[in-house]
Amino acid sequence: METVSIWIAAILTLGIFSFLYKDNPLYKACEALFVGVSAAYWAIVFYFDNIYKKFYEGAVTAEEPDYFLWIGAILGLLFLTRLIPNIGWVSRWPMALIVGATAGLWMVGYFVSNAMNQIGNTISNIIVRDAATGFIAWGETFGTLVILVGVLSGLVYFFFSKEHKGVFGATAKVGTWFLMVTFGASFGYTVMSRMSLLIGRVDFLLGDWLHILR
Amino acid sequence: MRLSSPNLTHNCLKIALFTLSLLLISLNVSTAQDAETAVDTAAAPEQAADSVNIAPLPASNIKAIDLPNDNGGAVFISWELSPDDDGNGKVSGYLVQRSESKDGPFETAGKAVRGATKFTDNKTNDDKIYFYKVEAYLEYLDAAGEKVRITSAATVTGPVQSSAQWFNMNRLYVLLFLLFVAGAIMFYIEKAKKGDEIYIRKIAGIDAVDEAVGRATEMGKKIFYIPGIQDMNDVQTIASIAILGRVAQMAAEYDTWLEVPVSKSMVLVTAREAMKEAYTKVGRPDALQDSQVHYLTDDQFGYAAAIDGMIVREKPATIFYMGAFFAESLILAETGNSVGAIQIAGTAMPAQLPFFVAACDYTLIGEELFAASAYLSREPRQLGSLKGQDMGKGLFILCIIVGVILATLNIWDMSVIFVSR
Repeated sequence: METVSIWIAAILTLGIFSFLYKDNPLYKACEALFVGVSAAYWAIVFYFDNIYKKFYEGAVTAEEPDYFLWIGAILGLLFLTRLIPNIGWVSRWPMALIVGATAGLWMVGYFVSNAMNQIGNTISNIIVRDAATGFIAWGETFGTLVILVGVLSGLVYFFFSKEHKGVFGATAKVGTWFLMVTFGASFGYTVMSRMSLLIGRVDFLLGDWLHILR
Repeated sequence: MRLSSPNLTHNCLKIALFTLSLLLISLNVSTAQDAETAVDTAAAPEQAADSVNIAPLPASNIKAIDLPNDNGGAVFISWELSPDDDGNGKVSGYLVQRSESKDGPFETAGKAVRGATKFTDNKTNDDKIYFYKVEAYLEYLDAAGEKVRITSAATVTGPVQSSAQWFNMNRLYVLLFLLFVAGAIMFYIEKAKKGDEIYIRKIAGIDAVDEAVGRATEMGKKIFYIPGIQDMNDVQTIASIAILGRVAQMAAEYDTWLEVPVSKSMVLVTAREAMKEAYTKVGRPDALQDSQVHYLTDDQFGYAAAIDGMIVREKPATIFYMGAFFAESLILAETGNSVGAIQIAGTAMPAQLPFFVAACDYTLIGEELFAASAYLSREPRQLGSLKGQDMGKGLFILCIIVGVILATLNIWDMSVIFVSR
């Protein structure tokens, strides 16, 4: 049985890789299989986790039912009113609730993690001294300055209500450079991690399937 | 002076004998020393055993209070170190014991390592009162290899009851900054509503939207709009749907086919609503078909594989990638690039931005994604919001500059008001 599953996995892997050459029937078959199987899989997972485990066992069969879950269930049912043209507009209510609640719930979290904490961590003594000798640690001091200039110029770049010209524009330009250097570093780092994924697949094909690698 | 050969031999013999005798003496001394050391070592375990059998002195000044700024269910216990907790191995740690009665029985609420002076008991019931005691303890292995624990005497402190607080004072500054930003946004929205002109700088990626839609119209090809793989509980998806509304409006005006493959059912519903509103706004509600917004799969790479297939088969003239993307970003953008589509991307995912920058014609970086809908719609409410947010950024820049100066001059560490505790 394991051998069969390895063969299926290997053929599907090669089928997806064949897209590198061009679109072809094998890729189309793999794609259709992938989409169909994954859609069905997630449908079952969502049904089992949410409707059965969370709602049915939590609000219907539980010894102490959580009646709040009925609110979610009713809102979920309201989505289905889209199928009835005359009352289809009702489906906007749960949608509005989700969008509004999402914006509200995320507001504080985003504000703290993406603004407050970033600012707090940028504020520091820019002259860093060696703890042992008390002399200025030039490397760390330079690093602190780079972070400070990067944060300030980056913030200036994201000003939308002021034209980027003069000193403001030059600062924004510096911000752009910082962003690009960051993207470059991130690009290289992520490409390396993707290479490890590729190595994993090649290892599977040459090792588990063909037994060339041991 | 010259030494004759017999003298030399005699002298050498004397030196050799002297050296040999010294060597023997030193050997005797070292043997005796080794013997003494051995005796000391043999006595050591007994002495050690004697020393470990002494219970450590107790911790003092034990206090138990309701943990402040929390949602209940926790008690904070603090103490001063046992005098034996001086790093010489006489204390292994502290046992925090909890009881609902002053006289016990006590159960272990948790352990703290040696040198620790505080512990938070996160398993309390807000409806009950508790008493605590903190025992310094020493653990060692006895002669049979069994672990032995000796605990100090301890005084009972309490009663204490946990409770929830309505307001988290640790986040007071968050509230103040939020109020400032929200106030600025409301102020500028009102100004914009009254007709004040609000300037918004050019954003290349957003300016290119018109061009991209026009190109698809001229070529008679489709436009693909990919709203990312996150659900409607992600602000990037919300921003993406707002931009979709504007793109759909243009597509409806130019009578160009706009296709939106989605990976989440909620996004499907919301995107259809946004499209419906856009088509209705330009007076062409009948031109919209449900099949324009369709579901593929929730699976990340299944979604990517399906879109790749669609791109190479249908060769759209324009592709928008707006929203939250993960590892599929480069797969999608490279495929779009290979068919020669004009591609505009926008995301606030830092790890994916480099891929979009590399493979797309235009990229909305981070907050530009959120500014896009205001820029495209030119609605006073959204423009005012953008201006208000800029005021918030201005305040942050000011805080950073002032904070760095104060910190460098060793006057005040202003970062404490920003970093969440």
